[in-house]
Amino acid sequence: MRLAQHMAVASDQVRADCIEANEFPEWSQQYRVMAVPKVVINDRVQFEGALPERDFLSAVLRAVNGGGT
Amino acid sequence: MGILTDRDREAVKREFEKLTGPVKVIVFSQELGSETCQQTEWLVKEVAELTDKASVEVLNLILDREKAEAYGVDRVPAVVVEGAKDYGIRFFGIPAGYEFTNLIDAMVVASTGTPALSEETRAALGGLTSPVHIKVFTTPT
Repeated sequence: MRLAQHMAVASDQVRADCIEANEFPEWSQQYRVMAVPKVVINDRVQFEGALPERDFLSAVLRAVNGGGT
Repeated sequence: MGILTDRDREAVKREFEKLTGPVKVIVFSQELGSETCQQTEWLVKEVAELTDKASVEVLNLILDREKAEAYGVDRVPAVVVEGAKDYGIRFFGIPAGYEFTNLIDAMVVASTGTPALSEETRAALGGLTSPVHIKVFTTPT
């Protein structure tokens, strides 16, 4: 979540939601959350676990430039 | 009545030494919401008391529907962390446990407006021309 929220501050285009999976079971189910942290970007790109900044950025760019997971 | 331990308070106060500008934390709650709405409100208020740079506003998802829509909040408890402007940082569910650290970090970065990211990342994000909505699912432990 740390990277996501820093990215939100860096760009007006970025919004970062931190979701407590246990409190929102339906929401978690909708995104098939099996392990945490699970990151979903624009409902297109998703991954589990923490990524280094460079890889996280690549995922963000993939989400806006097309291409899937 | 406190949620935070003395040790938590000391750690948060140390982090809050980094605050440079005002930070506002908005809690969306619901009267008949779950117990976690109430706990979220208490937690955020306790944290905000540790610095004179933070303020708290508690809103109701139903009664303050227009604001909820403006902030893109459709469920509770939800927490918005704002600095000089709304940067788009939201927490859904109580930001406790592991997420507590991120709440504090969010308050610091919203206050300073200075993200801890590489030049390369900042440049790439600066070039974004369409919205990016990142959801991070976590658990408190």
